[in-house]
Amino acid sequence: MGPSKTIQIRAGEDIVRVRQEVRSHAIAAGLGLVDQTKIVTAASELARNTLDYGHGGTATLEMLQNGMRRGIRIVFEDQGPGIPDVELALKDGYSSGKGMGLGLGGARRLCNEFSIVSEPGRGTRVAIARWR
Amino acid sequence: MTPSSPALIGDILSRHSDEILSEWLALLRNRSDHRISARALEAQCAGLLQRLSEATSRASTTSLEDEAFGPVLDMIADVSRSRAAQGFSPSETAAFLFSLKEPLFARIAATDSGRFAGDIWTVGSLLDAVGLHMMDTFQREREDVILRQQSEISELSTPVVKLWQGVLALPLIGTLDSSRTQVVMENLLDSIVRYEADIAIIDITGVPTVDTLVAQHLLKTVAAARLMGADCIISGIRPQIAQTMVHLGVELNVVSKATLADAFALALRRLGRAVVTTRQPVLGAAPHAG
Amino acid sequence: MPGEHRGGMDRIAILKLGQALLVTIQVDMHDRLALALEEDLTTRIVDTSAKGVLIDISALEIVDSFIGRTLGSIATVARMLDAETVVVGMRPAVAITLVELGLSLPGVRTALNAERGMAMIQARVAADIAGNPFGEGMMDGADPDGTE
Repeated sequence: MGPSKTIQIRAGEDIVRVRQEVRSHAIAAGLGLVDQTKIVTAASELARNTLDYGHGGTATLEMLQNGMRRGIRIVFEDQGPGIPDVELALKDGYSSGKGMGLGLGGARRLCNEFSIVSEPGRGTRVAIARWR
Repeated sequence: MTPSSPALIGDILSRHSDEILSEWLALLRNRSDHRISARALEAQCAGLLQRLSEATSRASTTSLEDEAFGPVLDMIADVSRSRAAQGFSPSETAAFLFSLKEPLFARIAATDSGRFAGDIWTVGSLLDAVGLHMMDTFQREREDVILRQQSEISELSTPVVKLWQGVLALPLIGTLDSSRTQVVMENLLDSIVRYEADIAIIDITGVPTVDTLVAQHLLKTVAAARLMGADCIISGIRPQIAQTMVHLGVELNVVSKATLADAFALALRRLGRAVVTTRQPVLGAAPHAG
Repeated sequence: MPGEHRGGMDRIAILKLGQALLVTIQVDMHDRLALALEEDLTTRIVDTSAKGVLIDISALEIVDSFIGRTLGSIATVARMLDAETVVVGMRPAVAITLVELGLSLPGVRTALNAERGMAMIQARVAADIAGNPFGEGMMDGADPDGTE
């Protein structure tokens, strides 16, 4: 397990940066093209949530190793308002704002591992991982 | 038993490198393996000895994590990978390294430094650690080969065929497991781009059972193709499969035809094409030439 | 004339090709760029009375829900201005991911490449000229004889 990398998410450009970093980490972990695309897309969704709903936060990337298996994990954290009903938010089509919603359900489908902790007033923490 | 410093090993290696090399090579040649040429083997052994010698002279500990051992590990990884690719067994690959113990131990015995046990222990455990590293690399390489072969088999057994300008056919044969279906799906979509296909016919005549998972994968493939601007037709749905899908509650929102021929005819119609008769058909085999 | 530049900010160029407007998205789009694109397109559709908008996404390695919303938005606005939107060049990995994500790009038509996309738009223009009320249906590739 190598060192982790933390990216500040404060503006739209940071989402682009998160995508680029996740992409290069995914390539380093040996993920195929489709798997790369899936994890980068999921990261993009969550980074956007962190920015739009969490009022900014961080994304921390980590390389994973389990014996021969390699993977990457990304943890998104914010000190925003939190999500009142996480179960509801995970359902497809849920939207608290305009458009296609938080995309949590979709992002979960794109990852091998997905965990979320969120409470009103306590911010949100989402961890995702994709293995080779 | 206190381990000796690595520098002492380095010392032995540099002072007796030629003898150690020739003894090591002699032991290896006894195995008379024709898969590696004598020259290549000699180059590998000489190279490894040199790096071991440099590493042990510079290292502060005998732990392989000391960065002085980097070049040694790199070379061991290369040797291991090439052995794995050539089809050597794990023990044959390990024997390459462990046979180095004998010449080294012989030198230590001859040196009579008064720390015989400590030196033997140090050399032994160092080579053991290097050997284990070699095994790890070997294992990983074999796994990679297996994965590559698996995906080649997947691709070979699901060729995409161009039936006509803009029409592709994907005849699926055999059972579809999750990973194979994904490879098939990607292959088909890549082919749609490559052949600029408007329609892809997925023929499942050769698929014995279609469970919910397989059906879902098929539906996802169709959805992806549509997102890209092409369309799909499913053909070869046998009565049993149709019944199973109804019972499972699977709804195929894609046109399906009983046979590949029917599907091809539909594809042509959609593209505004037709097959016409232009002259009398030529029946029977062509006349044998000479 | 290609897209205007205001205040030195990067904007995506819009090309006029016949009765269509062609946009090639080559960069990782962030919010401001997406908004600027929508604004520019809206203006240009009206200025040129364009009948179609062709968006080439063949350079995009990622399409997330934000990009999806942007494409949908453009399609909606274009339709209100009587223009058809066709998205072309979606990569297989992107298509697979979008399906998994559950994104369907409603109101957006797709074609394999710019050539096919232009053909779609031109067919629609021709149908309009011919006054054919069933012009839309024919573009779908449906059987004109209605036997399918």
